[in-house]
Amino acid sequence: MARRLAGTGTAVRFSFEGMAVEASAGDTVAAALLAAGHRNLRASAVSGAPRGPYCLMGACFDCMVSIDGVAGRQACMTEVAPGMDVRRMAAILDDGEG
Amino acid sequence: MIREVDVAVIGAGPAGLAAATEAAGAGLSVVLLDEQPAPGGQIYRAVEGADAGLMHILGRDYAEGRALVAAFRASPAEYLPGASVWNIGTDRLIDFSRGGAIACLRAASIVAATGALERPCPIPGWTLPGVTTVGALQILLKTSAVVEDDLVLAGAGPLLWLVASQLVAAGAPPRAVVETVPKGRMSAALSRLPGALRSAGYLRKGLGLIAAVRRAGVAVHAHAEALEVEGGAAVTGLRFRAGGREHRIACSAVGLHQGVIPNQQISRLLRCDHVWDAAQHCFRPVLDAHFRTSVPWLHVVGDAGGIGGARAAALQGRIVGLDLAVRAGRPDDGRIGALRAELDRDLAVRPFLEAFYAPDPAILNPADSTIVCRCEEVTAGTVRAAVRLGAPGPNQVKSLIRTGMGPCQGRVCGVAVSTIIAAAQGALPDRADYYRIRPPLKPVPLTELAAYPVIGPEVEAREP
Repeated sequence: MARRLAGTGTAVRFSFEGMAVEASAGDTVAAALLAAGHRNLRASAVSGAPRGPYCLMGACFDCMVSIDGVAGRQACMTEVAPGMDVRRMAAILDDGEG
Repeated sequence: MIREVDVAVIGAGPAGLAAATEAAGAGLSVVLLDEQPAPGGQIYRAVEGADAGLMHILGRDYAEGRALVAAFRASPAEYLPGASVWNIGTDRLIDFSRGGAIACLRAASIVAATGALERPCPIPGWTLPGVTTVGALQILLKTSAVVEDDLVLAGAGPLLWLVASQLVAAGAPPRAVVETVPKGRMSAALSRLPGALRSAGYLRKGLGLIAAVRRAGVAVHAHAEALEVEGGAAVTGLRFRAGGREHRIACSAVGLHQGVIPNQQISRLLRCDHVWDAAQHCFRPVLDAHFRTSVPWLHVVGDAGGIGGARAAALQGRIVGLDLAVRAGRPDDGRIGALRAELDRDLAVRPFLEAFYAPDPAILNPADSTIVCRCEEVTAGTVRAAVRLGAPGPNQVKSLIRTGMGPCQGRVCGVAVSTIIAAAQGALPDRADYYRIRPPLKPVPLTELAAYPVIGPEVEAREP
C-alpha cells in the first residue's frame, strides 16, 4: 500500500468510480488515487488487462481516466479539484457513453 | 497577429530554466513553456513548495534547484506553466494547449529542454498495476509526500540508489534492492575511473547513498538476473535469480530502473539528424558547439541532447542562453568559456557511469513472450517476426503490428523496439533508426482544434 507521510496540506474530496477519495491540495489525480489504494485505473486497449500509473510524468499514458465525462485524461497530469468525478474509461465504454 | 519572440524555451527543468534566465537577463524576449504547473522539471519537481521535512528527505542536490527556480522567477522571462506543446512547424510556429485552449507563438530561436525519459524495462509482468518506474516513485514523494510501503526496487543506475536512500530517509525503506549490474562490470569500467575522479564528488555521493541503504538494513541482491514480476490483477511479488539460487520477494509494488534516455519527441518531430550513442545505448540529436541541431534555429540542451544529469543540464542551459544573446549582438563577457570548462569537468564522471551502469543485457534483448509496446501489447517475438517478414525499421514494424501507435506515441517502447530490430538484423540501431514522430505530440481534443486561433493568410503562409 502507498501511504502519505505526515504533514500534508488541505483536504480535497473527489470520487473514483463513485467511491469517495480524500486527496491533498496540489496532488495529481494519479497520486491521490495511489495514496488511497487505487492502483487499477484502466483496462488495456487490446486484452483488457488492468493497468495503473507507470511513469507519473505524462509519458506512458497508462493512467488515462475519464474526468468529469472527458475521456483520455492523464491522471498524472491533472491536479485534483473538489468534486471531480473520476472513472475508468472501460466502464464508460460499457455504459455506452464513450 | 501571431506573437513573435526572440527565444522560446520548452521545458522548465534545470536546462530550460537556466537558458531562459540567461537569455532574458541579456535582454532577449523569452517565453518558457512547460507542461507542469510549477517550475523545476522532474529533477527539481515541486521544489518551491517542499517543506523542511521533505527537503531533508530529498537531500542537498534537490535543494540546489531552489536557486535555479528563484533566479528564473526573478528574471524578465515570461513563464507559461501548464502549456503542452503539440506541434512546432518548419516556420518556427509553436502550437500549444493551455487551460483548455490552443495558442500559438513564433520564436526566432527555439530551445528544447525536454529532459529525459526512463529507459523501457521490458520484463515479464512490467505492465501490472503496482509496477512503476523508479522515477515515478520519486515524483510521488516530491509532489505528494506519498511512499510505497511494500516495495522492491529493481534494476541499475544512480537513480535506483538515490530513491532507495530517500525512501530510507522518509522512514519507508524498500523491502529489497535487486541490482541487475552483471558480474565483471567494475573491471570493464575501471579504465574510466581515473577520468571520473575529475568529478569525484559524484562518486563520493553515490558510495554514500549505497552505504546509507545498506546501513538501514535493506536487503541488497547483487548481479540479479531473470527478473519477473508476479501477479494477476496487481503485483504480488518479484522473482529473480541471484547468488546461484532463485528468489521470490512478496510485495505489492515494484520500481524498475535501467537509466534514463533523451526525450527526442521535438527533435524527431522536426526531422533533425540523430545518432545512436553506443556508450549511452540511446539515440540523441546531433548537436554543434552551440547546441544547435541540424535545424539551425532549434537548440537542444540538457538530457534531451544526451544524458549528463541536472548540473550539466543547467550549465548547458546557461551557455545556450548567453550564446543566443551574443549571436544577437550582445557583448561576450567571457562567461561562456568558463561555463564550458565547468561543464567539461562536470561530465567527466559520465564515461565511468555509462560503462558501469550500462543497461541490463536482458532488457535490451527481452524474451519473445515479453510485452515491449505497453499500449498495443506487442511482444518482442512479434517485433522479431515482423523483421523476419522483411520490415527494415520501426516505422514498417509499426505499420504491420502497431508498435508505437498507441497513446504514448512510442515514448516508452521506442528505443526498445529499435534495439530489438537492430539485434535481429545484426546491426546497430542507427540503421533501423527510430519512429517518425508526427504532430500532435500530445493528444489534443477536437473541441480545441475546432477553435484553432490562427486564421487567414498566416495559415496559408505556413509551409506544408
